[in-house]
Amino acid sequence: MLAKRIIPCMDVRNGRVVKGVHFVNIKDAGDPIELAKEYNRQGADELVFLDITASHEKRKTTIDLVEKVAKEIFIPFTVGGGISTIDDIRAILNAGADKISVNTAAVENPELIKKGAKKFGSQCIVLAIDARKNEKMPSKYEVVTYGGRKPTGIDALKWAKKGEKLGAGEILLTSMERDGTKLGFDLGITRKISEKVNIPVIASGGVGKLEHFYEAFEKGKADAALAASIFHYGKYTVKDIKDYLKNRGVIVRE
Amino acid sequence: MIAVIDYGAGNLKSITNALDFLRVEYKVTDKPEYIKKADKIIFPGVGAFGDCIKALVKKGLFKSLKREIGKKPYLGICMGLEVLFEKSEESPGVKGLSIFKGKCRKFKSKNLKIPQIGWNSVEIVNKKSSLFKKVDDGSYFYFVHSYYVDAVDKKVILTKTNYGIDFVSSVERGNIFGVQFHPERSGEIGIRILENFVKC
Repeated sequence: MLAKRIIPCMDVRNGRVVKGVHFVNIKDAGDPIELAKEYNRQGADELVFLDITASHEKRKTTIDLVEKVAKEIFIPFTVGGGISTIDDIRAILNAGADKISVNTAAVENPELIKKGAKKFGSQCIVLAIDARKNEKMPSKYEVVTYGGRKPTGIDALKWAKKGEKLGAGEILLTSMERDGTKLGFDLGITRKISEKVNIPVIASGGVGKLEHFYEAFEKGKADAALAASIFHYGKYTVKDIKDYLKNRGVIVRE
Repeated sequence: MIAVIDYGAGNLKSITNALDFLRVEYKVTDKPEYIKKADKIIFPGVGAFGDCIKALVKKGLFKSLKREIGKKPYLGICMGLEVLFEKSEESPGVKGLSIFKGKCRKFKSKNLKIPQIGWNSVEIVNKKSSLFKKVDDGSYFYFVHSYYVDAVDKKVILTKTNYGIDFVSSVERGNIFGVQFHPERSGEIGIRILENFVKC
């Protein structure tokens, strides 16, 4: 049986992991390479590296870093942040990433998904959707871009379906309200999208305790769950989460 | 030297990273001469069946592979497994390498997401396989595929996996191996598969 995936996410800025840097058991707390190795050791099913480096001059550093991480871990590795052209996708894949994620650039230029999927295959194009509650939308959720700063007027479910049609291989769905709150994933929109598209949906945003992972799979119908600070803070390891899920009857990779 | 076949459609970085990790000599190539020279062949295919076969024919690799597979160890990954069969529902009318009898079928189920993406477990059917040496029954591997191989000769079945149905997730006959999953992306256990192949 296909296992539910647990995916740690690293937000990387100027070569350092920046979200909730309070790691205890790791020597160089903010080093993405060390952290990637640690998550791999703990049994992470995949790794997401989100480049939030502001300036474009630093892109080269990011590519170097992606290359180094890819040499250390032999699990699927997704890189996102600042990818807006086919050349950007190529550079990241050539550095050793297996998948790229696109967010704002895809909303502004949906052809990017289509062209990327045609050129490199759907399996490596992840459509990241940041959604925020908006009662006026048919699905009650609106797509927001630029890290949640810009409302787009686009319905989240509609965009997810369109993304699938354009060739995205997976959807990484982040609830903007829940992100960083530790209140749990937004199960409503996660389930809505997961049931309406035929590609895997990765739930993201809001995880704070073990039960939230269980809910994402059982109630949210997600195929994978992504989290950052719960791992960074050292509150739980990937193994803790998997042991818990296994006890509750969820199929996970051991 | 291991010839890693590159027909221009995919990213081979993850497989070469894994081979670098194992410290083995390899050559990424689309030239029949290197396939002839090589001790072993790895074909980490991606893309669609028809496009893949067309590219192999165009580069002279189709004939070269037909000639060399069996003479030296071959490991086909994903599409590199599928092309070993006669045909595929993905590209009707296109003839595969036909090393194995049977065809590639698409997963059909309303309740399944297609492609299958993620980690799934394998049931080892051929317990004597050198490829699965020191690999536990039930181990998980990373899959990304919409098609699976339906082997006519059941003796070639190395492992089975369940995704709505039980399908053949790897085959073996002599020194010819094909795996539907990606060992290069399946963590330590995947590296062990590659190591077993390198040593065979």
